[in-house]
Amino acid sequence: MLTLDRLGRRFANGTQALQGASLRIGQGDFVALLGPSGCGKSTLLRLIAGLDAPDQGRLVWDGGAAPAPGEIGFVFQDATLLPWADAADNVFLPLRLRGRDRRSAAPEIQAALARVGLERFAQARPRELSGGMRMRVSIARALVTRPRLLLMDEPFAALDEFTRFRLQEDLLTLWRELGCTVVFVTHSTYEACFLARRIVLMTPRPGRIATEIDSSLSHGPETRLAPAYTALVAEVTHAMQAAMSSPPPPGPGDAPR
Amino acid sequence: MIRLAPYLFAAFFLVLWEIAVRVSGVPEYLVPGPVAIVGAFRADPLLFLTSLASTLGVTATAIVVSAVLGVVLALVMQASPLARAAFQPWTVVLQVTPIVAIAPLVIVWVGDPFASVVICATIIAFFPVFSATAAGLAAAPADLLDLFRLNGAGRWATLRLLRLPVALPYFLAGLRISGGLALVGAVSAEIVAGSGGVASGLAYRILEAGYRLQVARMFAALALLSASGVAINAALGALAHALLRRRGEA
Ligand SMILES: Nc1ncnc2c1ncn2[C@@H]1O[C@H](COP(=O)(O)OP(=O)(O)O)[C@@H](O)[C@H]1O
Ligand SMILES: [Mg+2]
Repeated sequence: MLTLDRLGRRFANGTQALQGASLRIGQGDFVALLGPSGCGKSTLLRLIAGLDAPDQGRLVWDGGAAPAPGEIGFVFQDATLLPWADAADNVFLPLRLRGRDRRSAAPEIQAALARVGLERFAQARPRELSGGMRMRVSIARALVTRPRLLLMDEPFAALDEFTRFRLQEDLLTLWRELGCTVVFVTHSTYEACFLARRIVLMTPRPGRIATEIDSSLSHGPETRLAPAYTALVAEVTHAMQAAMSSPPPPGPGDAPR
Repeated sequence: MIRLAPYLFAAFFLVLWEIAVRVSGVPEYLVPGPVAIVGAFRADPLLFLTSLASTLGVTATAIVVSAVLGVVLALVMQASPLARAAFQPWTVVLQVTPIVAIAPLVIVWVGDPFASVVICATIIAFFPVFSATAAGLAAAPADLLDLFRLNGAGRWATLRLLRLPVALPYFLAGLRISGGLALVGAVSAEIVAGSGGVASGLAYRILEAGYRLQVARMFAALALLSASGVAINAALGALAHALLRRRGEA
């Protein structure tokens, strides 16, 4: 679907957030970007979304053209719902911005809400919903345009563990049903190992891809206790320790302070 | 009991005031008691009420004008960083200049008494509603702005569906402060203008009664002014509450 070719991003204040980040994202993949806070994960996700431009390297989309608006769904760490709009109107927003009228969009809105298990909460305002339900609305909002690529930036980091586990399981179900490509940013090794088919480890700033680890974990009722899962977590933990101490690549680093 | 407390306190205070005035025997032309003040009002209620209407008319006009100007200028600044850089420092000058210092100039230049008083009231009422609206327009969360961009939203759609609704509570809070200041501005301008002004507002009644040493009438006009201030504040508060409640936020 997409190749990242030695991407670099240096902000105006001199922070080199990314340097030489290369990665291939296949159609239908579920990729977890794993790395410590501040290593440039969000920056990389924003480059993929086209919200920011790299100042070194390039992004190459299979088939040439970058996705049109609506072909990329984005889920943020906070649900970022419009507080004055109910769940259905929040889900409607991306369609509305692309000129659809509310009546013709109603079936899609209802279907997106049903996908995340909120068909009975269409009329609810965000403040009447729990944190987990708000995140579900946010996911429905990202799915309503039927995106080919779903980008998620630590979407479950602010939720309690029970809610997080439920949402992780439901996200996997959705991914299998929809067959879209997911890039999921997290700083949790456990979360990355549970969700992803491919775990991409990033080095501390300036962020670079340190290692990629493929997973063939099969999901059942007790996956979180399965030896295969704990073995994967151990493998990724060791790889992360190595990545944390790997020297930065040659070339311009941070400006001296 | 807690809800009644302010009224009980007022009643207690008024009774104490009346008793003190009677017991001490201070002459009424120096310190009138509440009874004498009400008497002064009842001697000429029509005059007081027309004056009240005049002052409220000036105040309401100033509130509307500053709300419109404040929102328009905030929108211009939001749309153009150049405009922001050019105006921002100067709006503070308006805010820090004492209105009584500008009022004589405005009165000389404008000529029309009603317009000059409205302009003075607007000058001091403008700043809170303007700066609150400007802050509100800039308060849209970065993630939501990204979401709008990601879905190809233009400037107009972003303004209408995100920036304006986010700014609404800020605007209403600013408007409430501006409401009180509009009254202060109207009164100050009337006082400065004296008989050369509209010569019909409550402030003019205070001036007039002052020249004639009719202290009870001064107090009656003053009480009406305070009541107006409280009423304006409550009305704008109720407006904000109603609008935000319709959005499910109050
Ligand atoms: N707009 C920006 N301007 C300057 N520095 C930034 C900006 N955005 C991010 N950074 C810096 O770049 C680094 C990487 O940020 P980010 O991609 O958000 O990290 P992560 O998501 O992995 O925690 C951090 O040091 C951050 O402070
Ligand atoms: Mg981040």
